[in-house]
Amino acid sequence: MAYNLRKELQKPERFVAGHRLCAGCGAGITCRAMMRALDEGDKAVITNATGCLEVSSFQYPYTAWEDSYIHSAFENASATACGVEAAYKALKKRGKVKENYKFLTIGGDGGTYDIGFQSLSGAMERGHDMTYFCYDNEAYMNTGIQRSSSTPQFASATTTPAGSVSTGKKQNKKNLTEIMAAHNLPYVAQTTFLGNFKDFHEKAHKAIYTEGPCFVNVLAPCPRGWQYPAHLLPQICKMAVETCVWPLYEIIDGKWYLTYRPRKKLPVEEFMKMQGRFKHCFLPGNEWTIQTAQEYVDQQWETLLEKCENI
Amino acid sequence: MSTCIGAAAAGARAVTATSSAGLAFMYEVLYVAASSRLPITLACVNRTLTGPININNDHSDSMGARDSGWIQIYAENNQEAYDNYLQAMRISETPDVRLPIMICQDGFITSHAVENILLEEDDAVKKFVGEYNPEHALIGRDHPLAVGPYDTCPYCMEHKVQQAEAMKNAKRAVLEVAADFEKTFGRKYGFFEEYKMEDAEIALVLIGSTAGTAKVCIDQLRAQGIKAGLIKIRVFRPFPAEEIASALSHVKVVAVMDKSEGYSSAGGPLFAEVAGACFDLETHPKMIDVVYGLAGRDVTVQDIEKVYRHLLKILETGITGPRYIHMGQRSSQKEVF
Repeated sequence: MAYNLRKELQKPERFVAGHRLCAGCGAGITCRAMMRALDEGDKAVITNATGCLEVSSFQYPYTAWEDSYIHSAFENASATACGVEAAYKALKKRGKVKENYKFLTIGGDGGTYDIGFQSLSGAMERGHDMTYFCYDNEAYMNTGIQRSSSTPQFASATTTPAGSVSTGKKQNKKNLTEIMAAHNLPYVAQTTFLGNFKDFHEKAHKAIYTEGPCFVNVLAPCPRGWQYPAHLLPQICKMAVETCVWPLYEIIDGKWYLTYRPRKKLPVEEFMKMQGRFKHCFLPGNEWTIQTAQEYVDQQWETLLEKCENI
Repeated sequence: MSTCIGAAAAGARAVTATSSAGLAFMYEVLYVAASSRLPITLACVNRTLTGPININNDHSDSMGARDSGWIQIYAENNQEAYDNYLQAMRISETPDVRLPIMICQDGFITSHAVENILLEEDDAVKKFVGEYNPEHALIGRDHPLAVGPYDTCPYCMEHKVQQAEAMKNAKRAVLEVAADFEKTFGRKYGFFEEYKMEDAEIALVLIGSTAGTAKVCIDQLRAQGIKAGLIKIRVFRPFPAEEIASALSHVKVVAVMDKSEGYSSAGGPLFAEVAGACFDLETHPKMIDVVYGLAGRDVTVQDIEKVYRHLLKILETGITGPRYIHMGQRSSQKEVF
């Protein structure tokens, strides 16, 4: 059936109001959209790494989650999900559980690219039937905007502050989506919040309903870390895609497909200029940072196009 | 351990096994398992922690986890280790306990020993252990379950106190399960084993396989008319403080034997616990700490005899001398005994 946002929004919410996430935060949007991608009637268990989302959505004695939910620690969301999934299989075999469950795991970039990476890689390699969603806001926002391996070059973070001697983070962003693709998973995708959420919804649904370990990387801006007014979040996501900073693509059984190609690839500064974390890049004398960022994006984009079947 | 946390929260029985650095690597999540009140069983084959690297037996791994909220039960030999496993799930799954449990035994010394043990029939064991059907679980229940909240200041301390109460309840559960075990399989267990303690004037308190060595030594000393005894700790968490104090109340001199170094500058962890337990006694035994057998250092009957001889000297002279001693060191300094 064709995707229809209005219809999707009529489903009962499974990530509900009352959580303490900031206005304009990408994590809450990720959760609502992720839970909407579940078919009605299917039960789910959500595993969550420590981070903004965890402390904001499950503060004792309140929870924003309508489904079963478990948080264990920062580094082990995937391993914890494996335990739930393994128990489900064992209990189902013995007839102790009748219903069908889906296993969704969600973590920020700190809990996914860095601290939870070993746990994630192991879970994917072992082939558990689960989907991992990363809400990638490109730094450790919960603890005060420290850089992560997902922070892009030139972004100012509290541990890589831009100033008179520094132009922000020195290193490029780790390409986790490609690393997950190298695990030969049945489904890997990269998405963000665009328009009517069709891209997000279809990828999330595919991932959840593909048997085996699947991975969805979601660019999820953070108003505090990226320094933008809350209402600009959709435009920032759009610019990330239109500049090819965050290309939309999916990998199905090892085959790469571009799912959106900008009609006219915009210069990277269109994305950068909307955010305070790149403000220093626009100061006189720092023009080279924008040029370097552009070269990197161009190179990454060309490499991606070469991999995609539908180009 | 993370996988066990997920599986246990999902309502299944979860069991894992580890040793040394593997346990240390789980340190953070041991606390998560205990505070989430998940009755996980962990087989801990005691081996030393790296620094310097060494793979042999001592108790530094599980002693490092002694404050993590896990029940800890130790074994002298493989029969006890086996019997402790049969009792583990029932203790940890007791409704007013619901705490994870660590079944410990000495690495290599018993874990790699060839030893005859009595195995019980599967049917009898299954009947004794029973089915596990927790009231709440992530899956298969009418209501969803939320596990592992951010626990704010107005609630978190209450939860920690509930956990502390659960550990107190575990004392009762350990004895109840042991009583049923004795009724079913005939072997008797308690918090600790007392060997020739009725009239003992000098005694050792220790954990694990060294008990066998000490018992041989005691028999030899008793043949010479020396009133030596032994307390072999089985249950270290919950710590049976009152019971140990009572068992030591009539003893004149005690050596607590620590098979791990706490680097406290004042003795090992077992010494601190036993000394603390005896504080309220009207008449204290004189007490020293002997740290021994670290990183697989062998312990012979002769080594144990030296300790008893030293206790006899303290008994005769009334002078305790150094209270924190390391056994059998290569050193240019004069040995204490």
